[in-house]
Amino acid sequence: MTNPLHDLVERADVCVVAMAECFRGDGEILANPIGTIPMIGGRLARATFEPDLAMTDGEARLIANDEAFEWPGGKVVEHFNPYRQMFGWVWNGRRHVVMGGTQIDQYGNQNFAAIGDYRRPKVQLLGYRGAPGNTINDTTSYWVSNHTPAVLCQRVDTVCGVGYDRAAALGPRAARFHEIRFVVTNLAVLDFDTPDHRMRVRSVHPGVTTAEVQDATGFELVVPDDVPISRLPTPEELELIDSVIDPAGARFTEVARS
Amino acid sequence: MSAPRDKRCTEDEAVAELASGMTIGIGGWGSRRKPMSVVRAMLRSDLTDLTVVSWGGPDVGLLCAAGKVKRLVYAFVSLDSIPLEPHFRAARQSGSIEDEPYDEGMFLLGLQAAAWRVPFLPTRVGLGSDILRDNDRVRMVTSPFADGEELVAVPALTMDAAFVHMNRSDARGNGQYLGPDPYMDDLFLGAAERRFLSAERIVATEDLATEGPPQSLLISRMLVDGVIEAPNGAHFTSCDPDYPRDEAFQKAYAASAKSPEAWAAFREAWLQLSEADYQAKLRTDGGAP
Repeated sequence: MTNPLHDLVERADVCVVAMAECFRGDGEILANPIGTIPMIGGRLARATFEPDLAMTDGEARLIANDEAFEWPGGKVVEHFNPYRQMFGWVWNGRRHVVMGGTQIDQYGNQNFAAIGDYRRPKVQLLGYRGAPGNTINDTTSYWVSNHTPAVLCQRVDTVCGVGYDRAAALGPRAARFHEIRFVVTNLAVLDFDTPDHRMRVRSVHPGVTTAEVQDATGFELVVPDDVPISRLPTPEELELIDSVIDPAGARFTEVARS
Repeated sequence: MSAPRDKRCTEDEAVAELASGMTIGIGGWGSRRKPMSVVRAMLRSDLTDLTVVSWGGPDVGLLCAAGKVKRLVYAFVSLDSIPLEPHFRAARQSGSIEDEPYDEGMFLLGLQAAAWRVPFLPTRVGLGSDILRDNDRVRMVTSPFADGEELVAVPALTMDAAFVHMNRSDARGNGQYLGPDPYMDDLFLGAAERRFLSAERIVATEDLATEGPPQSLLISRMLVDGVIEAPNGAHFTSCDPDYPRDEAFQKAYAASAKSPEAWAAFREAWLQLSEADYQAKLRTDGGAP
């Protein structure tokens, strides 16, 4: 945080790079980041260090374009990918999804179905969508644009996405494809690299302290002795994001400019 | 010489074949290519106590708001551009409907099991999640093979009747989608006892080939009992490439969940009139309420 460069970098761009890092090492699979900053991060990963990733246009095609949302020169279509084919990828183990969550607990259990008693919820949300299948079949990461104790909470009301404690209870065979890799938020990057897979602070974004991250979290985070600062975008990455992937600045609608 | 079956009918004739208490499947996905003219006919009918099976959009919200739904079988309900469906939320939060939730992939397997006439299909999906707490029709099953793996058994989602909306069809029920995604419409028809297809335009069989490639011919007439010509029939959901979603109308629909008065006004303005009058009113009012 003494690096003056930190003040010149937008938080949204740090989040984009952190999302891109979720996909490092994934190789030739379907990177399926859902959300604005996740989509930009996925495109950035493919345009730089993970060139073999496959990605959708948000609808029924896999496209080769680096642009995240608008394709002035047209889409370069690689594959017909209707919804039913998506389940084929999920069950074949060829996908890494990034989902959101209204509640996420310390083991990575996730809820976006309903808040309160499921039988008669206080707040009905989307439903289970694809979260149970995504988490038991493939690597999953999460994007939280507003890191608060209500989102990163002690206990989720309904388990849609399966966390590490639930996976452990299933045993190693049933859970052999389960991995929650990172939770990227507007404040920090969190992972589960602890003996009992409790959530840990992996890095804090420039200008954010570990104490601030803990204060914004509804459970006790595992905090290593030395918490690094989240990686900054390189000049080349910033140029790619600004001029090709997200020239309209859609990322700032999720994480505002400073 | 005998002639082929004549399957053409109206929305009201198709709905007249239904009865209260039935399980009804509705094709499309979210607020996309929904057989809305048929849903409007259901809203005009005295049907009640329906079990609705759907990749839920405004079809679900409208039927919930009108008090037609006893039980909902679904994986999500969304208006896409408006992520949360307000009438569905109100129904859930007031406890007025029974809830049978699935993961999206489980839902696909349930439709496929019904279409293949097997009682269930096994999957890893659902393990560790609260689906097993919240859905009392889902069971566990043990692999009979050497692995002995414990899997989830998704029950066949059989239906009394199903409705889908296509871009084109011939009068015999060979249905064609011209938009980006077939969704699971063919599976709905395979899973149902009585099968209905509505289409933007009915064309001669020999003209289907000029409308799109062979792989756009998703629905075979073997899966169809009734064919409804329904121009603008998916309104206000999208029916690409014929027309996009009517976002202004959808906003007005969503706003009608704000109060009983707002719903009553929307209902009177748009749901208590024939399909022909609905479409005529859309044209004179410029498409937005």
